[in-house]
Amino acid sequence: MKIEPKISEDILLDEVTSKEYKYGFTTNIESEKIEKGLNEDVIKFISKKKNEPDWMLDFRLEAFKVWKEMEEPDWANINYPKPDYQDIVYYCAPKQKKKLNSLDDLDPEMKRTFDRLGISIDEQKRLANVAVDIVMDSVSVATSFKEKLAELGIIFCPISEAIQKYPELVKKYIGTVIPVRDNFFSALNSAVFSDGSFCYIPKGTECPMELSTYFRINEAGTGQFERTLVIAEEGSYVSYLEGCTAPMRDENQLHAAVVELVALDSAEIKYSTIQNWYPGDKNGIGGVFNFVTKRGICHDNAKISWTQVETGSAVTWKYPSCVLKGKNSIGEFFSVAVTNNFQQADTGTKMVHLGENSKSTIIAKGICAGKSNGSYRGLVKIAKGAKNSRNFSQCDSLLMGDKCGSHTFPYIEVDNKSSQVEHEATTSKIGEDQIFYCNQRGIGTEEAVALIVNGYCKEVLNKLPMEFAVEAKKLLEITLEGSVG
Amino acid sequence: MLEIKNLKAQIKDKTILNGVNLKVNKGEVHAIMGPNGSGKSTLSSVIAGNEDYEVSSGSITYEGDDLLEMAPEERSHRGVFLSFQYPVEIPGLSVSNFIKTAINEKRKAFGQENISAKELLQLFKEKCEMLNIDKEYLSRSLNEGFSGGEKKRNEIFQMAMIEPKLSILDETDSGLDIDALKIVANGVNSLKSSSNSIILITHYQRLLNYIVPDFVHILKDGKIVMSGDKSLAQKLEKEGYSFLN
Repeated sequence: MKIEPKISEDILLDEVTSKEYKYGFTTNIESEKIEKGLNEDVIKFISKKKNEPDWMLDFRLEAFKVWKEMEEPDWANINYPKPDYQDIVYYCAPKQKKKLNSLDDLDPEMKRTFDRLGISIDEQKRLANVAVDIVMDSVSVATSFKEKLAELGIIFCPISEAIQKYPELVKKYIGTVIPVRDNFFSALNSAVFSDGSFCYIPKGTECPMELSTYFRINEAGTGQFERTLVIAEEGSYVSYLEGCTAPMRDENQLHAAVVELVALDSAEIKYSTIQNWYPGDKNGIGGVFNFVTKRGICHDNAKISWTQVETGSAVTWKYPSCVLKGKNSIGEFFSVAVTNNFQQADTGTKMVHLGENSKSTIIAKGICAGKSNGSYRGLVKIAKGAKNSRNFSQCDSLLMGDKCGSHTFPYIEVDNKSSQVEHEATTSKIGEDQIFYCNQRGIGTEEAVALIVNGYCKEVLNKLPMEFAVEAKKLLEITLEGSVG
Repeated sequence: MLEIKNLKAQIKDKTILNGVNLKVNKGEVHAIMGPNGSGKSTLSSVIAGNEDYEVSSGSITYEGDDLLEMAPEERSHRGVFLSFQYPVEIPGLSVSNFIKTAINEKRKAFGQENISAKELLQLFKEKCEMLNIDKEYLSRSLNEGFSGGEKKRNEIFQMAMIEPKLSILDETDSGLDIDALKIVANGVNSLKSSSNSIILITHYQRLLNYIVPDFVHILKDGKIVMSGDKSLAQKLEKEGYSFLN
């Protein structure tokens, strides 16, 4: 289905598209680099730098071998110049970021964005790399959290550390949800991943706090090829937050992350993401290419919920998925994907029902403005043995202006007769009548757009942890606002 | 309060208002009646600042200032309220959040602090009671899935919350059953004071039994062709618009 909107909110359109990404910031990073290009020596170098065991090196080398034989996929509804993979630097350990003495040294524009997003002073300092004071600094907060987690037997650390300290756990699960040869980007990631997060929740344990990278100390430069592995043992629960609403600028144009979730019997994993990478400028120059593979596996009675708010990146290729292997397992996907200017997004989910009585819900909300292009691509597959399974999908698009495009590509495969699949799709636009109605009540056009957009995304935003939701709402406003005054 | 002089307005190339003159003083209630297509809703849209309509000549003065120079939201901040004939739906935006935003935007325009939660709740309670509205309705999406009557009642509820100086009620009575009409009319009457004014746009004399106008005007072919007191509405009801010919 291709929808070419025809509306005449030219003024609105101008306002929305005249917003520039002023929030990115760069710091001069002195780093240890190797030469451009990818070959076995580079992989051996990375593995050695990280002091990895042989099995990890073998995993990487095998992945490299597989990757070399694969071709970059081109089925997605996105256009971008294919990167030259021999023109990329695959290892770059940041030594030390430039430290600021206080928040007063921060770029006022950046500070304003932080304030508008409602980010706490402590977190602002961390994000801006301000040298932190004693006692209340984020590191000590993180330390106390880490102690609390350790008491419960919860492991939360960089994956490089987990490879050293908990090799059996990593070895048992890594690459099991997303096999190395799953796709071009997952193979590449498996060969060269820099770092990422590892999280393990023991049997019957409910993680008492939202885990976010914020509380992870010794955070290494995870950046470009991030690898995350979350394991929830039987009957455990964890809510994991990834990313942040603060603008993220990165020198690396190509990002290819892999996230694997394992929910064992009766476990529940809630995985929330806010992605706000640099989207490129108003003319479509620059910006991050984001090719992410995210998948979770649900065993009997287990549940995985993906919630994402995507506002950044020039190109997004991302399908957080659930393999509902166990009986009575549940998969959920709640997504808001915003594209503006020349951004392109091809995003959605896959729900693969293998177990009996498995259920999945998909709520995908796309918002397109400027000359951007947003696509929903989703697969619902119900295998023969997945008797009495159910899926409900709802894909909505909200268009702003007449120069953007919204597309929906649903794929449905049902191999038994006792299952039910429902798919609903709507396309709407912000109407001049809605704006005028708000204006008449004293609400200016920019604020009106924010109210309408937030209303449209409500079902998804409600799924985010409270504080994250508040920030996400403001992020949507900032992303879609007119002239930044 | 409001003075309209020789107002001409058009949509695209079609002239709809063709020299309207109207003066509304503080504390007055004016009813504007007229056959379909006479320009009643256009008049209310122009006063509210809907940009679909182009004013080709004439003036509107509001509290001594040029109303046509003001943006729609500024008109609202200054106390102009339009109860829409067809209120729009905004899915996912709750009635309470919408009204709170409207109140705070107005306050902001005058350099005032946001309304406190306590004050707001008190206001909600009071006005819900006045209009016989279940409080549960505050958390519903704005006008989404509302019946015609609920939408109209919601308009008057907003009017009660915002407390405007000049309210234009555009066919607020259409779609209301007799009980709802009484409730809405009682609400409007209790909001009436010596310092605010109301313009009622209606097809039917019925509403004017409950909200008694000081003046009745008949709009035809984009002009006010006759003005009088409430008896004019009764005459209309009996004889129809044919007596104008």
